[in-house]
Amino acid sequence: MAETKVIVGLGSCGIAAGANKVYNKLKALKEADNLDFELTKTSCIGMCFREPLVEVVDENGSMIYGDVDEAKAIEIIQQHVLGHNPIKEYVVKTDLFSTPDQSYFEGQVKIALRNCGYIDPENIHEYEARGGYQALRKIAHESISPEQIIQTIIDSGLRGRGGGGFPTGMKWRFARANQSDEKYIICNADEGDPGAFMDRSLLEGDPHAVIEGMIIGAYAIGATEGVIYCRAEYPLAIKRLNIALAQAREHGYLGKNIMGIQGFNLDIYIKEGAGAFVCGEETALMASIEGKRGMPSKRPPFPAEKGLWQKPSNINNVETFANVPYIVANGAESYNKYGTEKSKGTKVFALTGKIKHGGLVEVPMGTPLRDIIYKLGGGIQNDKKFKAVQLGGPSGGCIPEHLLDIQVDYEQVTATGAIMGSGGMVVMDETTCMVDVARFFLDFTQKESCGKCTFCRIGTKRMLEILTRITEGEGQEGDIEKLEELALQVRESSLCGLGQTAPNPVLTTIKYFRHEYEAHIRDKKCPAHSCKKLLTYEIDPNKCTGCTVCAVKCPVKAIDGERKKVHHINQEICIKCGDCYNNCRFDAITKS
Amino acid sequence: MRVQRLLTKSGSSIPTDEVDLSLIEPLINKYKGKKGNLIPLLQGVQAIYGYIPRSAFERLSDETGLKLSDMYGVATFYAQFRLSPVGKHIIKVCHGTACHVQGADSISMALKEALKVNDGETTPDKLFTLETVACLGCCSLAPVMMIDEETYGKLTGSSAVKIVKEIKIKETQVKGD
Repeated sequence: MAETKVIVGLGSCGIAAGANKVYNKLKALKEADNLDFELTKTSCIGMCFREPLVEVVDENGSMIYGDVDEAKAIEIIQQHVLGHNPIKEYVVKTDLFSTPDQSYFEGQVKIALRNCGYIDPENIHEYEARGGYQALRKIAHESISPEQIIQTIIDSGLRGRGGGGFPTGMKWRFARANQSDEKYIICNADEGDPGAFMDRSLLEGDPHAVIEGMIIGAYAIGATEGVIYCRAEYPLAIKRLNIALAQAREHGYLGKNIMGIQGFNLDIYIKEGAGAFVCGEETALMASIEGKRGMPSKRPPFPAEKGLWQKPSNINNVETFANVPYIVANGAESYNKYGTEKSKGTKVFALTGKIKHGGLVEVPMGTPLRDIIYKLGGGIQNDKKFKAVQLGGPSGGCIPEHLLDIQVDYEQVTATGAIMGSGGMVVMDETTCMVDVARFFLDFTQKESCGKCTFCRIGTKRMLEILTRITEGEGQEGDIEKLEELALQVRESSLCGLGQTAPNPVLTTIKYFRHEYEAHIRDKKCPAHSCKKLLTYEIDPNKCTGCTVCAVKCPVKAIDGERKKVHHINQEICIKCGDCYNNCRFDAITKS
Repeated sequence: MRVQRLLTKSGSSIPTDEVDLSLIEPLINKYKGKKGNLIPLLQGVQAIYGYIPRSAFERLSDETGLKLSDMYGVATFYAQFRLSPVGKHIIKVCHGTACHVQGADSISMALKEALKVNDGETTPDKLFTLETVACLGCCSLAPVMMIDEETYGKLTGSSAVKIVKEIKIKETQVKGD
């Protein structure tokens, strides 16, 4: 039997970075010479900035190689696997020696992501080998009652990880209290925030953890059927969930009298979303499962009373469910020992934008925001100046430099005007225009508004028009005040979270970056040199050497000029993409 | 608001469907009479034809008793559904937050310029349909686009155009063979 294991990270980002090619190369090498190592796959370990990743496990321990391409894969096999001589300079993570990237993991505590990157998500035995389905087994063997489970979840302090932050155990208690012949447990996997991929990684990397969490939830509330509502844009997650559900049925974790608990019957099926951000709202999500337009409805009645098909229902997010088996298996204290007074446990964040080490991190609640960005994330790309970090997606807000020392928990993040949200954390630097960021989010919410409430439907449209005008240099005195007034009305007069929170990106950018709004309106300037209508690229004739690189790089052929002669940008054709600016080696291109 | 994709505006190219409706029979048999079947039915139809032809709406309505107005309401509500035929390759340019701050606009503009189409439109040779999507979830590789099943990351305007041109060259070679 092979002593050495070679494991390739095949999550969506890994595949996008070329991991399939690496896997196929390794497979071909192994088969061509009948080499003695075991080749398997896993999913995302969170180091997206080093994808594709290949792990080698041998008698000495584990080493993860980063930025692997086909050529590096050959080297790894020849030198490490066959020659027992690891290539230390390619290693990004190991316990055996220190690596430049190890700071990425310092301070992380992996509970929800405990198996991601460590198991083959398509193999139930690997999940079981790391303690999977032990929580369910414990419930059956120790005859733990549904009420005791609910109490454990309440004691753990777990709150809804989709962004709502409502105590999960309380939600379960309400759903349990309503008697009915049918009850539903629903997993919200409609991760719609642009810039967030926590749930995708979890579903791709550890689908059984989510399923086990749902089974325990079903037992606690007395559900008879489970539904996972997953975005159709996540084909790999859906594929792996389907494999995991079939395995769970085969092993008796789903079906009739589960684990010998008399009368505990449950099956779970997947419902594919069809692309509507508002379906992340629970009443809209249920309307969508019923085959209707995903429009939110008034509460009460709450889903715990009348939810899917008018039956009591309970909806939790992917990450919430993934935490549940850990809490049940290890006790409430194992979870609530992390965190702050009112926000317990850990939270997963998708760290992206202008950050050096972008990826997926899980940290205890209460970790300083500055540590996440500078210690784990390694700081700003190209050592530019930090401007803001956006939390909570279209419902959230931008947090400026002077608030970077807040501890990340529900209370402190909300106090800044942003929200915790589902965990998207987009870092912005001095080249990002904050008015444009506000316009970007309003454009999104305006398109995604279901149209039911007048203020959300029309108010966001008017706000978008004003913001677009400002970014195009047509802003007028009084625009900021008009935006603030509309923001309050949209917030007050919308039925669901989408409308109530849609103004947040505008309000926080006005609050912390009012000077940028004013520069656009009064001086017709974009301080970040980002708004295209207020931006001109020109070639400095004194510096241009006529090397032709800019003309070659220009995607729209807006630059002409003969070799060794000064080039010229045709402003009528220029799309202001900046490719010329970024590629000129003589600093001959200016932007103003 | 979420009602954008009505039938082609100009009226010049409202597709006259000549599709083989027998292809959707298995789908109808699978979902007929089941509760909440409308969205899976429409998804199934689109998987077969690449869009939802008018005649398919009518057949579904006849066979399942679902109202045409309900189906049309749902089909225009969700971003996934298309009411007109698409090109052979679908280019989805990601406009999530991470891609936006890393310059997704430039990618879209460069592709629009190179292909001479707007968002949601198909090139006259029916090779490419250009779309914008909210987020592909590959934020660390931003800016990103997806062509069919393949994801391309860390793009610039020129590299995006180059990738599309290479596909086009391959297609013309196949034709020439």
